[in-house]
Amino acid sequence: MTASVGISLRVNGEHIEAQVAPRLNLADFLREHLQLTGTHVGCEHGVCGACTVRVDGDIIRACLMLAVQADARLVETIEGLSDSGEIADLQAAFRERNALQCGYCTPAMLITAQDLLMQQGEPSREQIREHLSGNYCRCTGYQAIVDAVAATASLRNRA
Amino acid sequence: MKASAFAYARATSVDNALELLGRHGDRAKVLSGGQSLMPAMNMRLISLDLIVDIGGLAELRGVELQGTILRIGALTRHVDLLKSPEILIAAPLLREAVAHIAHPAIRNRGTIGGSLAHADPAAELPACMLALEATMVVCGANGERRIAAADFFKGIFQTALAANELLVAVELPVVQNSSQHYFHEFARRRGDYAIAGLAAQALLDGSVFAELRMGFFGVGDRAVLAGAANKLVNAPVTPALLLSACEGLGAELDFQEDQQASAAMRRHLARVLFARCVAALLQRPELHINGGVV
Repeated sequence: MTASVGISLRVNGEHIEAQVAPRLNLADFLREHLQLTGTHVGCEHGVCGACTVRVDGDIIRACLMLAVQADARLVETIEGLSDSGEIADLQAAFRERNALQCGYCTPAMLITAQDLLMQQGEPSREQIREHLSGNYCRCTGYQAIVDAVAATASLRNRA
Repeated sequence: MKASAFAYARATSVDNALELLGRHGDRAKVLSGGQSLMPAMNMRLISLDLIVDIGGLAELRGVELQGTILRIGALTRHVDLLKSPEILIAAPLLREAVAHIAHPAIRNRGTIGGSLAHADPAAELPACMLALEATMVVCGANGERRIAAADFFKGIFQTALAANELLVAVELPVVQNSSQHYFHEFARRRGDYAIAGLAAQALLDGSVFAELRMGFFGVGDRAVLAGAANKLVNAPVTPALLLSACEGLGAELDFQEDQQASAAMRRHLARVLFARCVAALLQRPELHINGGVV
């Protein structure tokens, strides 16, 4: 009764076909079947935000979505966003401001920040904090992360 | 942790979903947005034989104004409610409340039907349904039935839904232009479940409440309409009346204790919310101070 299910999806622009167990969540599928280990797994119940990816353009928790639910969807991970250069400026701002230490939360933090910057050209610090509130960072105290996002927003506005 | 093994079926229609649910009884569960079901499965709080994924049923998605009724499909996501112009006009309370549900990534997946059927006592939406006098539209093998929100929530994670029924939509009366709302919740951090919260909808006749419905959440074993609000309807609200209504509220609700707050703390917070709500709706800030709760 727990037979595997065939899925067909696009991940970072690449067409993927796979057979997956229904219980497999999207984060584990990305990490273990596709070796896209930039998607991190923290709490596995939707609290820490480390597994954030984009599905059909929306950020979601990959630990709270089954791989079978990603059938016919368009999935983008940190590898995709990084390789395309979409967030190169944001990554540079994170480096410059030491907006990471251990780096565990960083891929998801970048994806979530990019989601905000796409929706809002000039977010206030309060809005940045609000949008990142579902992503835990246990190293930085968030100050430098908010700085990096704010700096990227103003640089993009000048460009 | 990882979810234990289960079988998976993608429902092709409401009838197909009902048939699957009918066949497996309470060993099957409906998967909507999965933002409560998946954590519960990952933590092995529940294990199931079958997941019935209704995510592909486009007919259950969307917000529609039908005259004086606003119909919201069960699969409508929190983010859709937040962005809907119909919600902004017809049920602005809902829009304000939804902004307090978890975080953007959760709101992109979580659905109104899923939240209501899950019936978490600390969730915002059940209390909104009470304050907005919603009707739940439920499909079963014998057709459709409608359940008033006040009869729908039965206890912690318990509703009037049978295991072989599906919540397909909610219907809300469109609020009158002069109607006003209030929403506030106390939580440790933004996006956390509320320790105590209040969703209220009111109709004012001059400086007097013609209607006042206060849906409390996070305080007891379910979202509950405060009977104490009735004391303030069709009566000039004085500090003494507000104080007596606050005391009524403290006696009326069954405050629960957990690791976040004691029952006494919840009673206090509920009374603070009650007084703040009345003062805000009547635009009489002095009421909260005088009528208050200290």
